[in-house]
Amino acid sequence: MNDHTAKDLDDENLDATIQYVTIYISDQLFGLPISRVHDVFVPESMTRVPLSRPEVAGVLNLRGRIVTAIDMRRRLGLKPLQDVENLMAIGIEFKEESYGLIIDSVGEVLDLSESSKEAVPSNLDPRWAEIAAGVHRLDNNLMVILDVDRVLGDMVEKINVAA
Amino acid sequence: MDDLLREFIEETNESLDVVDVELVKFEQEPNNAQILDNIFRLVHTIKGTCGFLGLPRLESLAHAAETLMGKFRDGAPVTEESVSIILKSLDRIKEIMSELEATESEPAGSDEDLIDHLDRLAGIGKYAGQGGVAAAPAAEDAVAESPAQEESAAGDSAQEEQPAEVYQVLERELKEGEVSLDDLERAFREADGPDGFDVEANAKQAAEEAVAAAAAQKRSGAKPVAKKETPKPQAKKEPEAKAAADKETKSVANQSIRVNVETLEHLMTMVSELVLTRNQLLEIVRRHEDSEFKVPLQRLSNVTVELQEGVMKTRMQPIGNAWQKLPRIVRDLANDLGKQIDLVMVGQDTELDRQVLELIKDPLTHMVRNSADHGLEMPDERVAMGKPAKGTVKLSAYHEGGHIIIDIEDDGRGLNTEKIKEKILKNELATEAELEKMTEQQINKFIFAAGFSTAEKVTNVSGRGVGMDVVRNNIEVIGGSVDLKSTAGKGSVFSIKIPLTLAIVSSLLVEASGDRFAIPQLSVVELVRVQNNSEHKIERIKDTPVLRLRNKLLPLIHLSNLLGIEEKRDEELELDDNGFIVVMQVGPQIFGVVVDAVFHTEEIVVKPMASMLRHLTLFSGNTILGDGSVIMILDPNGVAQAFGSHVGTDMSQEVEEQEKASLPEEENNKVSLLIFRAGSAEPKAVPLSLVTRLEEFEISKIEYSNGRDMVQYRGNLMPLVQVNDFVQRRTEGSQPMLVFSDAGRSMGLVVDEIVDIVDEHLDIEVSSEMPGILGTAVIKGKATEIIDVGHFLPQAFEDWFHRKELDEEALVKKLLFVDDSSFFRNMLGPVLKAAGYQVTICSSAKDGLAVLERDPGYEIIVSDIEMPEMTGFEFCEAVRRNPAIRDIPIIALSSLCTPQAIERGRQAGFNDYVAKFDRPGLIASLKEQNVELGVAA
Repeated sequence: MNDHTAKDLDDENLDATIQYVTIYISDQLFGLPISRVHDVFVPESMTRVPLSRPEVAGVLNLRGRIVTAIDMRRRLGLKPLQDVENLMAIGIEFKEESYGLIIDSVGEVLDLSESSKEAVPSNLDPRWAEIAAGVHRLDNNLMVILDVDRVLGDMVEKINVAA
Repeated sequence: MDDLLREFIEETNESLDVVDVELVKFEQEPNNAQILDNIFRLVHTIKGTCGFLGLPRLESLAHAAETLMGKFRDGAPVTEESVSIILKSLDRIKEIMSELEATESEPAGSDEDLIDHLDRLAGIGKYAGQGGVAAAPAAEDAVAESPAQEESAAGDSAQEEQPAEVYQVLERELKEGEVSLDDLERAFREADGPDGFDVEANAKQAAEEAVAAAAAQKRSGAKPVAKKETPKPQAKKEPEAKAAADKETKSVANQSIRVNVETLEHLMTMVSELVLTRNQLLEIVRRHEDSEFKVPLQRLSNVTVELQEGVMKTRMQPIGNAWQKLPRIVRDLANDLGKQIDLVMVGQDTELDRQVLELIKDPLTHMVRNSADHGLEMPDERVAMGKPAKGTVKLSAYHEGGHIIIDIEDDGRGLNTEKIKEKILKNELATEAELEKMTEQQINKFIFAAGFSTAEKVTNVSGRGVGMDVVRNNIEVIGGSVDLKSTAGKGSVFSIKIPLTLAIVSSLLVEASGDRFAIPQLSVVELVRVQNNSEHKIERIKDTPVLRLRNKLLPLIHLSNLLGIEEKRDEELELDDNGFIVVMQVGPQIFGVVVDAVFHTEEIVVKPMASMLRHLTLFSGNTILGDGSVIMILDPNGVAQAFGSHVGTDMSQEVEEQEKASLPEEENNKVSLLIFRAGSAEPKAVPLSLVTRLEEFEISKIEYSNGRDMVQYRGNLMPLVQVNDFVQRRTEGSQPMLVFSDAGRSMGLVVDEIVDIVDEHLDIEVSSEMPGILGTAVIKGKATEIIDVGHFLPQAFEDWFHRKELDEEALVKKLLFVDDSSFFRNMLGPVLKAAGYQVTICSSAKDGLAVLERDPGYEIIVSDIEMPEMTGFEFCEAVRRNPAIRDIPIIALSSLCTPQAIERGRQAGFNDYVAKFDRPGLIASLKEQNVELGVAA
């Protein structure tokens, strides 16, 4: 991702730290570079979009903007959460459009050194591997770095191929 | 750019457009002094302004044109030549203007050619005294030669070019007297043009010009106060007229201003946002009954409505603006083609949004050209047909229920359906058989198809590669539609239907399966309430719902089905409930969309969809409603497409096909069956998808070898198997047979007769003990035996199911097969067994889970997708959740093999997705899973 300036920078300077917003999707800890996170909101009154890809949870109104919500559990091939009351969403801008990634819950913000980042394990489920940018070993947990551009980019591409 | 210059350019361009139109009119009515006055004024204004801004080239050209027109006013005959040369001069002026706009200075060059021509026709300059009107006063000549001459005698007409003086006069005179319009008119009448050469007459003329100029300003609309070019010094001598001119200038200036379009657009966007916010506030207040916000919000709401209307109004322009250039185009066209064309325009004042106006300008021009070029015949042809030599192209515009209809009508030859047919065939747009079934109007509509132009030779008028398909596209882009009617020999009518505005769409809100959707009103014709016992009830032909509406059959589809929101298994019940049918029309296509509920109409602001959703052709956009929720806007064109593009052929069949396409889940239980007879009169059936092909072999080709019948088939020997011993072996002619192939081997199943192929729900009601027969089902109203192909395959090749590659996996593997359909359980069970598995069959996902609970030792699971209670997807997800059995590979088996379904299956955790009936695919997939297992283990 060349347009990912933060990452380019880190390649040169491995000691740099990046701030990650941590999120939980089905008990797995993920991290999103804070620079990509525009909003954290509670998805309300979502409108389903018939015939859309199953990952598209629907569209919703976020302060006058129409946001396309992506069900991250489906995106990762996980079963949908039963308790739909307490969902959270991360607002992302991608190619000048607003998207909301629907997740289980939001954790904290962590400062992590790039040097402690490790590559994605080769035996990871391909569905996960394709949207993971790396793994951080935390004290009591592993945090998978979510590559936002691939999460959304792959979906748009697939549609274009299909169409 | 200099403000003055910019203003001049804008204004002059406007004036020139008007002059174009007026001149063409004038040519037709040479005696209409009013038109001439109009033109004269406009040209004069241009000339005056040029002088002021120091644009000599423009000025001299305008002046020469003006002079010639002055001659007309004096009674010189209006010839085509003179009008043409004036038009040419105007074109030249336009050219110079565009250059001026780009470079801010007059381009170098000479207009001597045109001026010379103009002068010759006017009989002035060096042509003085030769022909023309022998009224070339020396004074005028002087004007032409030295327009910027300093003011000298008050009576010198050259004085009118004195700007500084003018300015002062204007300022001073502003405070003076009042002159009514009547006086102004009188001034016109009195100043009848120069009939003598004396100073006074000149002054008179100049005064008239001053008035004319002022009037011209009034016509051209907005004009700030600081007029430089208008009233001339002569006003001193004719204070009355001059005062009138001043007054006009002042009042017009106070009434209108020029506003940048962008400013308006921005205003419009902001108002749209305001409307949305207002809607939201209203919704909140509605929830809190006695809120103190209520009254002020009501006021805010009213103000918003007025503001919205006001801003909309600023964007509205008469459609005549889009027609302005047409008279000129038609005139030039008539000259080029040698035709006589009368352009009639009705309803120029009909207003519509300027954005829409811009977008239809080009399609309209193209269609008018088309009508004039292709539609109208040559004069002699017309006369021979008993029509007036002069053809008519009529443009009319009018409002109709929130839309604008524009008709382009000609009284020409009408469309040549035969030629269109040829073209259709040549371009392979339809087959001859299809054409046979179509009405003339349907065939004619092919001119809107891509890449279509019937003009045999390319003229400079049409046939430049942009055909009617471009026109149609342009119109559809703005949510409009185009239709045509043509009568051979009588002419054709093109009807364009477009929305008034694009920014705000009036939409009908409906509900289907609990979700709300917006349908643009433009395409909604009417709403029909459906009740079981009312006159409007849904009837069906086979399973296709239709509605009798005023003696016509309207094809129906339920919105939920169209959008695939819900499986309406028992559609009957669903549809017969009280519901609404939204009758929609897109172009010529009319259809009904059944919805669960209809709410109100709402003015909605269309927002484009995210790129991830843009592939959905059924939606044109989305928007935020008053309650803050997002709603999807249906695209009527997309819906119409889902219904199929051919209308009127066989509606019910078409709808059925469409429903099939859009509702694959409804077809779950429908199977294509091949019906044949073998050995008895009762029909027998086999799923068509199992059959590789149908063949007939000459009896003589059947050979007997190794104790059985064989034929040479595609270079191999194919053994023949009889369904039973009663099959009649023919002695001559040919023998029909069903060929089943698998992995390079083929078997021929000999039958008596192949009867039919049908789509039917397969429900085996009586199962069979007889080998080779799965059971009996009712197909086409007849009890039909369903053949078990698995029984016959080993008869041809004993090792069919026990081939080497399978034997390698000699271990008997435990396989769980879940399917709710007894037919498939019966058919695939043996197939799986034959493939070397120990098969446990379950009739539901729940049973399957229970079996797995008891014995997690299964090595592979094959599951149907569409099952009641628990679908295959859910089943698969349940298996994946259970750590004890999560690693068992699962193969999905479904009649629904769309990419979406496969994707869905992948997500649910299926290892593979195989179409039902794809037996080789299933076997291959099973093998593959085994291999994978082997590697993993």
